[in-house]
Amino acid sequence: MAEHDLRLRVDGRDVEVPAGHSVAAALANLRLPARRSIRGHARAPLCGMGICFECRVTIDGKRLVRACMVECKDGMEVLTRDG
Amino acid sequence: MTDVADAIVVGAGIVGAACADALAQDGWRVRVLERARPGGRATAAGMGHVLVLDDSEAQFALTRLGRDLWRARDWPPSVERDDCGTIWVAADDAEFDAARGKSEWYAARGVRTGLLDARALRDAEPELHEGLRGGLHIADDLVVHPPTATAHLLACARAHGALVEPLRSVRVVGDGNVELDDDTRLSAALVVVAAGLDTPRLLGHRPDALRIRAKKGHLVISDRAPGFVRHQLVELGYLKSAHGGTARSVAFNAQPRRSGQLLLGSSRQVDVVEPRVEHDMLAAMIARAMRFLPRIGSLPGLRVWTGLRPSTDDNLPFIGRLPDAPRTIVAAGHEGLGITTSLSTAKLVADLAADRTPCIDPRWFACDRSTAELAHG
Amino acid sequence: MDELDCEVLVVGAGPAGVAAAATAAECGRDVLVVDDNRHPGGQIWRRSVATGTPSIAERWLGRAQSAGARFAFPLRIADAHDPTRLVAVGDDGPIALRCEQLVLALGASERFLPFPGWTIPGVCGVGGLQALVKQGLAIRGQRVAIAGSGPLLLAVAASLREHGACVLGIFEQAPRSRVRRFGLGLLARPGKLAHGLGLLNRLRGVPRHHDAWPTRVEVRGSSLRATFRTTHGERTLDVDWLAAGFGLVPNVDVAALLGCRIEDERVVVDEFTRTTIPDVFAVGETIGIAGVEAALSDGITAGLACAGRDADARRAARARYRERRFGDALARTYALRDELRALAAPDTVICRCEDTPIADLAHCADAREAKLLARCGMGPCQGRVCGPALAFLRGWSRDSVRPPLVPLTFSELSALDEPPCR
Repeated sequence: MAEHDLRLRVDGRDVEVPAGHSVAAALANLRLPARRSIRGHARAPLCGMGICFECRVTIDGKRLVRACMVECKDGMEVLTRDG
Repeated sequence: MTDVADAIVVGAGIVGAACADALAQDGWRVRVLERARPGGRATAAGMGHVLVLDDSEAQFALTRLGRDLWRARDWPPSVERDDCGTIWVAADDAEFDAARGKSEWYAARGVRTGLLDARALRDAEPELHEGLRGGLHIADDLVVHPPTATAHLLACARAHGALVEPLRSVRVVGDGNVELDDDTRLSAALVVVAAGLDTPRLLGHRPDALRIRAKKGHLVISDRAPGFVRHQLVELGYLKSAHGGTARSVAFNAQPRRSGQLLLGSSRQVDVVEPRVEHDMLAAMIARAMRFLPRIGSLPGLRVWTGLRPSTDDNLPFIGRLPDAPRTIVAAGHEGLGITTSLSTAKLVADLAADRTPCIDPRWFACDRSTAELAHG
Repeated sequence: MDELDCEVLVVGAGPAGVAAAATAAECGRDVLVVDDNRHPGGQIWRRSVATGTPSIAERWLGRAQSAGARFAFPLRIADAHDPTRLVAVGDDGPIALRCEQLVLALGASERFLPFPGWTIPGVCGVGGLQALVKQGLAIRGQRVAIAGSGPLLLAVAASLREHGACVLGIFEQAPRSRVRRFGLGLLARPGKLAHGLGLLNRLRGVPRHHDAWPTRVEVRGSSLRATFRTTHGERTLDVDWLAAGFGLVPNVDVAALLGCRIEDERVVVDEFTRTTIPDVFAVGETIGIAGVEAALSDGITAGLACAGRDADARRAARARYRERRFGDALARTYALRDELRALAAPDTVICRCEDTPIADLAHCADAREAKLLARCGMGPCQGRVCGPALAFLRGWSRDSVRPPLVPLTFSELSALDEPPCR
C-alpha cells in the first residue's frame, strides 16, 4: 500500500496523492476529467492501458502524455485542458 | 460486353473529379472509373495548398485560373477552405530582392501581393525566426482539404448525371474505349485519362511522349496547436529545391489546418516509389523547418506519411488530345499542383472536348509539346 | 540516437512475451524485453499498487531474469520497417533496438462499441476499470455495473468486488445457452473449470444477466444512470462506474508496419509462431484471443524456435494448439450479436479523438474514407478505438497504420535518424 503522499499540481491547484498511483487514477480519485474533447465535453480514461488516449494530459510541459502510463511524482505539474 | 457513355473519365483523383464535374455540367454523359476509392491516392497525400506560381507563363496561367475557380466556387464546410494566404519567406537580402521582383511580376498581372519587411513578417508570424529578412504575402492563396473537395466535385458531377464507379480498375485505354481488369470493354466518344502516375501504363507506354515519373514526398502533421502559424509559409528557396536537378531535396513548407493542426512539408525524391517513411528525409525536413520555426520541435507530431507526385520533365502537366488518338484527352502529371490546377485543367479539358476556344493556350500543355519549341515560340 | 543490441528482442512483457524471453534465455539466447508500461506483466499480470505483482508472474519474471534476459521499460515501439532495427521511444527520447530475431507479444485491447453516453466520464472499459483500480483508483463503496462480453466481465467483477466495489449487475450480451455450453466444455479442462467455478463463487449474490447489453447512459446528479436491455425488458441502474467492453482485439500495429500478414484482425503465424516475415515471431493475444495458458504455450514455442530447438518447439506447439482451441470456443461463445450494431444514435460520437458523430460516416465506404472524409481515426489514438468498433459495426478492415505509433515531438521525430552515439 502507498506509504506516503506526494504533492501534485493539477491545473494550478496543489493536491496530495498516495505514492505509486498513476496520474489517471489520481485524477479519477479527484473526480477530475483528464481533458476536454474538441467540442468541449469532459473526457476521462477509457482503456486504462495506453491505447485510447482519452486520459491524455500535459505533464511538466509535455503534451499528449497518457496519464494512465505515468506514475505520480512529487512536484509534477499536470494540465487537463489538452485538446 | 460493350456499353456506351459519352465520356469516360479514368481516375477519380481531384483532377479526374474536376474533369467529370466540368464535362457533366457541359452536358456530357459521364462515367468515372476509379481503381480504388476517389481522392485516395496522391490527392489524399498532398497538402491542399491552392496558390499562384510564377515558374513560367504557362504555370502562372494554369495556377491563376485554377485559384480563381477555387475562389469563385461555393464549397461545403467539409472542404475546410481557409483563406489564409501564402507568405514566401525570404531568408536574406538576395531572397528579399527576389521577393521584390516577384511582387512586381505578379502586380503586373493583377495578382494581389504585399512585401513584408523583417518586422512585418514577425508581426504576421510571431513564431518565425527573428533573423529572417522578410516575405512576400500572397493574400488570395488558400488551403483546402483535397479528399472532401474531390468528394464534393464528384457529388456535383453526379447531380449532373455522372456515374461514379469506385473499385473499377482500367487495364488499358484505347482511342474511344477502355478495357477493365474484369475484361469489360467500354466505349465512348471521349476518354479522359486522369490517372496520375498510372497514365503512361494505361496508354501502353507510348514511345512518343508522356513521361510521368514519381517524386516521393513526406508530410508530418502535428496535434492541434491553433495559431502557431497563420499563413501557409514557404521558403523562397522552395522552387529551387522543388524543381532543381538533385534527386533528393527538402524545403520548408508549413501550413495551418482548419483543425488547428500544423502540416509540415516538404521533401522530394525523384523516381522513388517505395512508400515507407524514411527517417533521414523526415529528419532533414524537420531540421529545415526548425531554421524557420525554431520552437516547432516541442510540437507533438501525430502522423507521418508519404505520397507520390506525378511529375513531368518540364514541370507542366499534360492536358490535351493524344495526337494519333483524337478521342483521348490526357490530364495528368500535375506534380504538386494538382489541387490548385484541378479546376483549370478541367476547364481546359472541357473546352478542348467541346472544340471551344480554350481558356488557356493549350500548346503549353500539349502531349506532343517540345519544350525547346515552346520556349522559343 | 542510442542503441540497444540483443539477439532476441521481445516486444511486450505480458505472459506470452515473458515466457518467450525466459525460454529463449534459458536456451542461451541474449534476450531483451521491452514494454510500454513501467512494470512487466502486461494486462493480465498487471501489478497492483495494493497487492503487487501476481505470484505466477513473479515466477516467470524470475525465470527470465535468472536466465539473463534483460528488461527495458518503458519503451514503446514508434516505427518498424526493418525487423532487425526497431525504433522505440522512452522517457529519454528515441532509441534504436537491434536484434536478430523479433518476438511480437503485443497483447490485446478491448473492443469498445459506441452507444449514447459512452463518452461520459465514468463509462470505461472492463479491463480499463480493472487497470485503473490496479493503478490506484479508489473503488471501495463505488457502485459498478459491468457490461459487454466475455469471461473478462466475470474476472473483473470478482476482482472489483474484492476491492470493495458494489457490483450491481453483470450484463453479458451472449445468450445464456451458449455460455452454458461453453461452461460444459470446460469439463475437459479441469484447471479452467476450477477457475470458472471459483469466479462464480466469488460473484455470489451479484445479478448476472445474459442476452443483455447497455443501451444508454445519462448523467443524473453525481451518478450515472445506465439503461440496459435485458430479457426482462429495460433495466435501469444508478451507478458510479459503467464498465463496458465487447471482447478483445489483438494489438497488431507493429506487425502491420513490418508487413506481416494479418487476417481476421490477428497476425498470421505457423506452427512455430513464425509470421510471414522471416525471423519475426508473434505470440499471445497478438495472434488471437485465447487466454493466458495459450499465451504461455505460444511464448515457450517461440522461445524454443528462436533458439533453433525445432524438435522441442514442435512438442511445445502441440500444447499450443490445444490451448488455441480454447480460443475458438471463446470466439464462438462470445460472438457479438447483430443488435449491438444499432446501439449508436446518429449523433453518438464514433471517433472520440475528433468527436466525429457516426452519422458523418453515412457516405463512407471504408475506414480510409471515414478518415479522409470525416476525420474519423485522425486523432492521437490513430483509430485504435474507432477502428475495431467499425470493424464490427461496418465490417471495415483497419486503415493502414502510420508511424509514429505513438505521438512524438518534431524534435524526437527528427532524432530518429541520428547515428548512434556511444
